[in-house]
Amino acid sequence: MQVDAVPNIPNLPELTNKKFTGKLFVIEGTDGSGRSTQISLLSAWLEQRGYSVTHMGLRRSNLVSAQLEQAKQGNTLMSLTMSLFYATDFYDQLINLISPALGAGSIVLADRYIYTLMARDILRGVDRQWVESLYSLAIKPQGVFYLNVHTPRLIERTFQKKGWLDYWESGMDLRLSSDIFTCFCRYQKRLRAEFRQMQKVHQFQIINGNRGIEEIQEDLREHLRQFLGAPTK
Amino acid sequence: MVSASEQAQSKHYPGKLIAVEGLDGSGKSTQIYLLKRWLELKNFRVRFTAWNSSVMVKKATSKAKKRQLLTPTTFCTIHATDFADRYEREIYPLLQAGFIVLADRYVFTAFARDAVRGVSSDWVEKIYSFAVKPDITFYFRLPLETSLNRILEGRPTLKYHEAGMDMHWSNDPYESFRIFQGKIRKEYEELSKKWGFVEIDATQEIFAQQEKVRRIVSEKIKLENFLFQQLPLNSYQGSLIVEHKPVSAQ
Repeated sequence: MQVDAVPNIPNLPELTNKKFTGKLFVIEGTDGSGRSTQISLLSAWLEQRGYSVTHMGLRRSNLVSAQLEQAKQGNTLMSLTMSLFYATDFYDQLINLISPALGAGSIVLADRYIYTLMARDILRGVDRQWVESLYSLAIKPQGVFYLNVHTPRLIERTFQKKGWLDYWESGMDLRLSSDIFTCFCRYQKRLRAEFRQMQKVHQFQIINGNRGIEEIQEDLREHLRQFLGAPTK
Repeated sequence: MVSASEQAQSKHYPGKLIAVEGLDGSGKSTQIYLLKRWLELKNFRVRFTAWNSSVMVKKATSKAKKRQLLTPTTFCTIHATDFADRYEREIYPLLQAGFIVLADRYVFTAFARDAVRGVSSDWVEKIYSFAVKPDITFYFRLPLETSLNRILEGRPTLKYHEAGMDMHWSNDPYESFRIFQGKIRKEYEELSKKWGFVEIDATQEIFAQQEKVRRIVSEKIKLENFLFQQLPLNSYQGSLIVEHKPVSAQ
């Protein structure tokens, strides 16, 4: 895999004259794929080794996260508008959170990144090339790890954790079926297909997420080790 | 694979889009209002839309502007969000329904402002590539000093972003506004050449400008097609036959 040792500086006016010494790793995967568990274990591991860790995720910007949450509840925005709204949230975090952290030599762990955003948009009929250019000014991560969990396992975990299926995670707005369970299964299948397609372009590492927590964690650490110069414990 | 912009430009719809652009103080809002009144009184199907007017996104933009949280890139994307909301909800459906849509500022306002703030023009144009090109874009051109005098005459309170204060060219809002408007004007001049704006001399009398605007509109648009209840049935055919897909996917 061809990856730069440090992140590139995209052509954004806010990032001129920046120098990045940190690293950016992305964990991708649908809800219930175990992303947050793996990220908190990775953070503990990195901090134990003396690395500073910064977290980013979707819908966490100061700028528009509250409005996005509102829009999600209301289900009133159309595809392009929603897409640009999320892009605003993303770029706000890129400029005000990720960039300073990378400049200060921190390791940024992203709980999902542009790939989930792009996949969602594409499934909603937004032009692929358009979405790709919308996010073309994102910082390219050192590693993208996609936790691939097959649908039966995902259903098991989701029900175990929450007890119900989320409207958006089931893609109910796409009306793939009148019942939410069938819709969830179809939507997740489409998402996975989309991720598989993006994998070639964006060089994901596909991590088998059907295994136990420790096994997956060990796998992730193994991948991260090659990017970290410091001692191995 | 065709790009989103080619798709946008190759779309078929019976409506017409007329946009006005120009510096603050160029009188473009007055002109488009007079055009709207003229078309309305002649019983044509016409609707008006203004920049920054989407209710859904307005709350977010005004809050962000007040708290000065926007940087050039998020200033660009949040306005694009606002525009997309109006476009998907209002402008494009109106064009599909066979209306004449009058836009007080269109994507070119964003092109000019974002370029001045240092955002890559290629990127901005790609972001807005879903939007159809207006059938006519009037550019109300006037000397920088004239527009500055018209705006600054009453010593108005200039809003932070309106004066370009976020760029830190000057601590004085009036000086900052002058610098900002000067840069915007340069961008408009370039955009005018690139996109084929119809230039109107905004130093002329209001009625004289309006006369010219109306003449050009009647020359370029077959207005009799836009009388209420006069829409030829076959103009809808495209949209009736083609299965509905989200705007950008067509």
